[in-house]
Amino acid sequence: MTPLLSIRSLTKRFGEREVLRGVSLDIASGEFLTILGESGSGKTTLLRMIAGFEQPDSGEIWMGDERLDGLPAYRRPVNTVFQSYALFPHLSVRENVAYGLRAQGAPRAGIFGRVAQALAMVKMSEFERQAPARLSGGQQQRVALARALVNRPKLLLLDEPLSALDANLRRQMQIELKSLQREVGITFLFVTHDQDEAMALSDRVALLRAGGLEQVATPREIYNRPETAYVAQFVGQTNILRAEVSGGVACAGTIAWRWGGSAYSNGTALFSLRLESIRVVPPDATSLPSEDTVRFRARIVTRTFGGASDFMEIVCPDKQTLRVRVPSGSSLEGEQRFEFDLRDAIPVRTTGAAAPSAHTPSASAPSTDAPSADTPSADATPGDVAPADAASPSEGPAQ
Amino acid sequence: MSMYTGGYKAAVAVPPVLWVAVFLLLPYSILFCYSFWSVSPLQVIVHSWSFDNYRELVRNPIYALVLFRSMRIAATVTLLALALGYPLAYFLSFFATRRKDLLYQLVIIPLWVSYLVRGYAWKTILGSDGVLNGFLQYFHLTHHPVGFFLYSPLAVILMLTHIYTPFAFLPIYASLEHIPRNLLEASHDLGASPLRTFWRVVFPLSIPGVLAGATFAFVLTLGDFLAPLLVGGPSGIMISNIVVSLFGAAYNWPLGAAISLCMLLLVVSLLAGVEWLEKKLSYS
Repeated sequence: MTPLLSIRSLTKRFGEREVLRGVSLDIASGEFLTILGESGSGKTTLLRMIAGFEQPDSGEIWMGDERLDGLPAYRRPVNTVFQSYALFPHLSVRENVAYGLRAQGAPRAGIFGRVAQALAMVKMSEFERQAPARLSGGQQQRVALARALVNRPKLLLLDEPLSALDANLRRQMQIELKSLQREVGITFLFVTHDQDEAMALSDRVALLRAGGLEQVATPREIYNRPETAYVAQFVGQTNILRAEVSGGVACAGTIAWRWGGSAYSNGTALFSLRLESIRVVPPDATSLPSEDTVRFRARIVTRTFGGASDFMEIVCPDKQTLRVRVPSGSSLEGEQRFEFDLRDAIPVRTTGAAAPSAHTPSASAPSTDAPSADTPSADATPGDVAPADAASPSEGPAQ
Repeated sequence: MSMYTGGYKAAVAVPPVLWVAVFLLLPYSILFCYSFWSVSPLQVIVHSWSFDNYRELVRNPIYALVLFRSMRIAATVTLLALALGYPLAYFLSFFATRRKDLLYQLVIIPLWVSYLVRGYAWKTILGSDGVLNGFLQYFHLTHHPVGFFLYSPLAVILMLTHIYTPFAFLPIYASLEHIPRNLLEASHDLGASPLRTFWRVVFPLSIPGVLAGATFAFVLTLGDFLAPLLVGGPSGIMISNIVVSLFGAAYNWPLGAAISLCMLLLVVSLLAGVEWLEKKLSYS
């Protein structure tokens, strides 16, 4: 099937800064695709190029057999929902929504019918005659949505539309946005820095890092099968284990497991191990683990209450620190046995396929706020064989 | 503001209140009194109260005529100042990316130059052996100096437009600078061409600035007496020139005061009208 929108090797620099480094992406008709990335990753620039507010330095944007880049914004069959809503302050809600139809010369008679329909869709009918300034943020957001959707664009661009709303309203709007998208059947290209939002809404997530695509996949794949250490850490929390692989065994400090994957033969490899993949072995358990279960010993250092689950930091005998999430309620302390399923240790690369090796400064400092994995304590015993000094994949390709 | 004591607030309020009382209310009150007095044949102010001065303003058509001419000149200057100031402000605000500050300064600098210097500059441009006539004769467009450039309402309009265009420009520029740029993007995004975006978004949102600029240009022009004096000649006389002569050579302060008060009333009601209009047209 031909994609609705095809982005081909887009690049863009602002002065010295390389904002997009050859991004290629296909968007299928009717899908809800989210571009996820931290601030400065280039996601908004990418969106603005599709809308026509920025020109790429090189690369092409195609919609079907129409080339979009080069067309002025007002000739592109896309509409945008702006982060700050950008409602026209001098026009009523109704006139705001009618703006696009009027600009495109829609027959006068039909305009108000379509406007009323669009406003009903976002449950804003009763505010038709209000001035935007008198609406709350959430209401303005709905009007902005109606103003874009009423034009029935082939592609709707949403630039962090929910980021200005408070948490509860935000969750509610997420649900509404998703059902609205199913209802109207319009392709949504959504930009956000919020990984939970991306997971909840999207059919596919494109993770952008420092101007390059790190991974494009369904939320489930992104979470369960992250391709790179960055993806694993950005989407949900994880431990990154640096393991030495030889003879079908991966060995990260005192933790060792069977590893026959083809991705890495012998040498050093990074593995992502989700916090919830690690379980505590009940102290009184006597049964032997199945052959797919990996067991190790570690001491619980901190324990934080987190509602349904508790968050723990555990230290292995080789000083390697891991983070664990366990169901809350247990009161374990001190040295314990832990286990995980060896299929949960996901091999990851250091950088994305799309991203060239990182000599640009922006690429090597991706995630100061991302969960930093098991940083080994500085006083690790000298001569410790452990390759466990490991595990700070944020440092980029260190090997 | 509750952390400021009453004493502090009073101390802050006293200077401006005193200023307004001594330098505005008091002179206006004196002017008000004068407008009901009269001058004796011996050129002495007679403190007897009557409406004679106001009656004279209505009876003698010269006052209405000059006032009407003044307003026509002021309206023309206002339109010209807007026609020049708006495009300039629009260009500067939206399109002059790199040279924005420089161009802005170039617009402002003439305000620092003495009014008289600018007046004499126009004299040398428009005069019989002025720059304009020299130019026309050099290119054989005319064979004799054209006399009607200088000492005419046209000259007054030219000079006042030159002087008051920056006053129209500044508020327009400020209002354009306040328009969030993403509104323009939203307009383009919704399929509106640049021209349509200008008329549907930019212009409506700049109306407060246009009103303020127009008010500046109109009121300042209406009260101007130097331009008619320098380049106006007899046919370019404006209402303020009459006031000046009544307070000066003619020594008829009471009549001058009456005209002044009428002008004041006119300007104040104009300002009130503009303010009402501005409130009606602002949305936020």
